[in-house]
Amino acid sequence: MIRNGLFAKLFSIVFAVFMLAPLVVVIGVSFTPEGFLEFPPSGISLRWFRAILDNPDFIEAAIMSVQLGVASATIATVICIPAALAIGSGRFAGRDALQALFLSPLTVPTVVLGIAFLRFLSMMGLNGTFWGLVFCHVVIIVPFVLRLVLASVTGLDPSIARAATSLGASDWTVFRRITLPAIIPGVVGGWVLAFITSFDELTVTVFIVNPATTTLPVKLFSHITQTTDPLVASVSTVAILFTVALMLIVDRIYGLDRLLIGEGSR
Amino acid sequence: MIGTRPWLLSAPALVLFLVMLVTPLIMTAVLSFNSFDFYGGIKPTFGLGNYADVLSDSYFYEIFGRTFMIALVTTVIAALIGTPQAYFMLRMHPFWRSVMILVVLGPLLISVVVRTLGWAILLGNNGVINEALRRFDMIERPIKMMYTSGGIVLALVHVMVPFMILAVWAALQRQDPATEKAAESLGAGPFTVFRRIVLPQAMPGILSGSLIVFSLSASAFATPAILGGRRVKVASTTVYDEFLNTLNWPLGAAIAIILLVAVLAIMVAWNRLVEKRFAGVFQ
Repeated sequence: MIRNGLFAKLFSIVFAVFMLAPLVVVIGVSFTPEGFLEFPPSGISLRWFRAILDNPDFIEAAIMSVQLGVASATIATVICIPAALAIGSGRFAGRDALQALFLSPLTVPTVVLGIAFLRFLSMMGLNGTFWGLVFCHVVIIVPFVLRLVLASVTGLDPSIARAATSLGASDWTVFRRITLPAIIPGVVGGWVLAFITSFDELTVTVFIVNPATTTLPVKLFSHITQTTDPLVASVSTVAILFTVALMLIVDRIYGLDRLLIGEGSR
Repeated sequence: MIGTRPWLLSAPALVLFLVMLVTPLIMTAVLSFNSFDFYGGIKPTFGLGNYADVLSDSYFYEIFGRTFMIALVTTVIAALIGTPQAYFMLRMHPFWRSVMILVVLGPLLISVVVRTLGWAILLGNNGVINEALRRFDMIERPIKMMYTSGGIVLALVHVMVPFMILAVWAALQRQDPATEKAAESLGAGPFTVFRRIVLPQAMPGILSGSLIVFSLSASAFATPAILGGRRVKVASTTVYDEFLNTLNWPLGAAIAIILLVAVLAIMVAWNRLVEKRFAGVFQ
């Protein structure tokens, strides 16, 4: 293994500072005792964290985001498992087209998806409803789940399932006892990635929420574009800590690089 | 049985996509041909009026020009930073490598709104960067970075560079480290090794990463909306204004369809170019 030289080390340090700087200032600003954004803060105060409790809007938006993330990640995972089994285990006519369709939300600009969902939901009379939001989010996150589940399906050995079938197991038993346990890391990884993607989604959601179903990113976005007070920083800090905690758990049980790069990258 | 089984398994997802993706996109395309007036709302007429309005107005040319210029500059900078960084990460001590992976991938999981808020605090006229420069007497007047294309590019590079690193990283994993050692033993310096040995092997990753970064940057919304506001408009923020402020949905739909077609056309053209130019690399 060739080690990095001085230039490479300096480059990496500058790069890490660049990546972390915006997060560090958000966390720093949230501890200010003043009524405006200042960094570094002139003192340490939890004033703006207490202010979150006085603004139930943000708490309601956060609860909405969690519910939306759980519902849409679960539905996306449930429909992606059979689809991934179909696409991953053998050729059939139309397979490539099907896969391209399921991955297409990644290629369509999100703002286009946003207005398409707005037009569709308002014609159906579902605009701003919770379940309308859920199904729009399912479409956006299916590509992420499908890729991870597909990666673990392609690693399956079909002879094990065949052996179980020859011993008299039904299709459902084979799935429950053989296939699902084998692909469960991909399924869990896909669910988590889907949840985070839904939890952070802004561009599509901003078009299709109403005041009763506002999510955390939309609430933060509209607050930032109207006023700048340290409240957005303290809410963001809580969101960062929540994500970091989730990230460390995922990194322990699944591996963050595997989650985001795909199977077999180690 | 064998023939229908994959379709049965895919049916739930397929139905959802036909109802929730294909139908809305067709409805949006139809909407872009309708007309709008400020008293009667959307009229179910069918014509190319909105497209003619957009394509004959220099205001919209400026917006699309700015959108694609920002996306292009972001892509180039992300490639210039991301490629060496991915290479350095490959050569790091395993401990520092896993730290860097967290640094690179962690921000991907944090909302773009939060990250952009950080850049707004850094870039403002009374922001962290200007205050620091003033304290050290390096400037007299603040450098304007909020509400400029440059500020948007800077924040977009921050959002996009992880995608570039992931793509280059994946390509470099396939290379044989012995090729570097061979070049070194023949007397090549570190820069020559990077340029002649590593870069050609990283090329497929750089090219696919550029495609992802370009298309995501061209349609980015949160970053230009917060850092550019109404003063520096791009295609996506213009669509947002047409839909939620002006309420001229047909015109907004036409702008969105033009953005979609332009992004798809650039992606197809890029793929063609790459396949022709680098046919050997992908074998």
